[in-house]
Amino acid sequence: MDVALRISNLRKTYDNGFQALKGIDLEVRKGDFFALLGPNGAGKSTTLGIVTSLVNKSEGSVQVFDFDTDTHSTEAKLSMGIVPQEFNFNQFEKVLDIVVTQAGYYGIGRKQALERAEFYLKELGLWDKRDNISRMLSGGMKRRLMIARALVHDPKLLILDEPTAGVDIELRRSMWEFLRKINAAGTTIILTTHYLEEAESLCRTIAIIDKGEIVQNTSMKALLAQLNMETFVLDLAEDLTEAPEVGGLTARLSDPHTLEVDVPKESGLNDVFEHLNGAGIKVLSMRNKANRLEELFVSLVEQQKEGAA
Amino acid sequence: MNSQIIWTAFWTIVVKEVRRFTRIWVQTLVPPAITMTLYFIIFGNLVGSRIGEMGGYDYMQYIAPGLIMMSVITNSYGNVVSSFFGTKMQRHIEELLVAPVPNWVILAGYVIGGVTRGLMVGVIVTALSLFFTDLSLAHPLITIVIVFLTAVVFALGGFLNAMFANTFDDISIIPTFVLTPLTYLGGVFYSISMLPEFWQWVSQLNPILYMVNTFRYGVLGVSDIDVGFALGMIGLFVVVLSAIALHLLKIGRGIRS
Repeated sequence: MDVALRISNLRKTYDNGFQALKGIDLEVRKGDFFALLGPNGAGKSTTLGIVTSLVNKSEGSVQVFDFDTDTHSTEAKLSMGIVPQEFNFNQFEKVLDIVVTQAGYYGIGRKQALERAEFYLKELGLWDKRDNISRMLSGGMKRRLMIARALVHDPKLLILDEPTAGVDIELRRSMWEFLRKINAAGTTIILTTHYLEEAESLCRTIAIIDKGEIVQNTSMKALLAQLNMETFVLDLAEDLTEAPEVGGLTARLSDPHTLEVDVPKESGLNDVFEHLNGAGIKVLSMRNKANRLEELFVSLVEQQKEGAA
Repeated sequence: MNSQIIWTAFWTIVVKEVRRFTRIWVQTLVPPAITMTLYFIIFGNLVGSRIGEMGGYDYMQYIAPGLIMMSVITNSYGNVVSSFFGTKMQRHIEELLVAPVPNWVILAGYVIGGVTRGLMVGVIVTALSLFFTDLSLAHPLITIVIVFLTAVVFALGGFLNAMFANTFDDISIIPTFVLTPLTYLGGVFYSISMLPEFWQWVSQLNPILYMVNTFRYGVLGVSDIDVGFALGMIGLFVVVLSAIALHLLKIGRGIRS
């Protein structure tokens, strides 16, 4: 298997004794769009920090395209770009200078650096802002600036640590399109996010980390197949005072004109509508409740908690 | 490692550093020019005219090399300590840590940035001093070597201060309580031969004395100390401070978790 990132027995204990990673193993295939999910403090950023040399590991090994980050750090670093969770560029520098300077750190001469900076700043809609001081940019622009900076040396692996945090929906979707495009062009992408809709929409493989351990690592398709219950939200034409009986399924009113029904995967929706028709309840519209992945994620983390207790 | 990557990365850091202090030239290049002009007027002209000769030269000529060296020292140190600490605090040091830039290139880039500012201020102060006195170079090579090495030593000192610093207070404590007293007591304004024997001995523990006097020897041809010993000692400082800085970068003191 062609592997972009291989993590073996990775452990990290901070100076205060907190064990952030308890020996994780992980593989990301070349060309994959990989989600690393987990609750706050689960170890996602520590893992990515170790991969990108920002955090010292306590034990274990990391290989990027078969280059060990300890023994072949130059080759490993040339292969990847990182978009961190927090803004970490010089707030007093111009947008263009930030990207061109980063290219210089990768050994790219100024002429080529300017060409690449222009390309990525245009791709990310920042070219008009190239002479602006970076701290004057909006939050979304700052995130896109960090993506342009991470890509300026054309890495084969792009790591994004919550790239769309605090970004409005329209901009988030345009960033998704951009990420899909570079993934389709061959760049392996690893993403952490709290927006599970984002992971479900973009990623083909998913790992869930909790309390420094990988609790799930599989394809998105296989993971979603584990979900055997879906909740549908029905908007009713008339208000109800109590939830009707829906053929033995769990049904509840979230408000007088909104009914939620839990439907097992093997059951059809026809039964639901038959019962509602029989009770004379008119349904105006219907949607799937929240995010399927979110439900799975919560259940996996809950299972982990119960296991620990 | 590819030498082209190393060279480009080094040059990128230097250019970034020089661009930083030239962009804020009113804060970095003008103040030492004003301060040193005041020193020349007050100590050199007004007070110095009553002091008479020192070391065979009039007082203005005697203190000019010391004042030039003082400005080189404070600006080399100040540039690196403020720039690298800012880089650390704003976390854009991470731009360098994720890139294939060896630690010695990071150190060399910041040090040369500080040396450049120190030398630029040195040239400005030298030019100003020519309005007040005549200076010739008795030993040009020694002058150039000592001013460069001194700038390197204090740029390294500034780098170390920035690595250890956790707050803005930490980057002003060393310049205020260590650097300034050592500079003023380092023979900038007087010859240590004027001091009682005990204080002459104490003064010889001050490394800045050796730098100022070697520079003065290069410019005027007079010195209180052995120039060869001074150059050797300064070279040793460069090696030791570089080794400490590289070790701190390797373990990631204050910059890696």
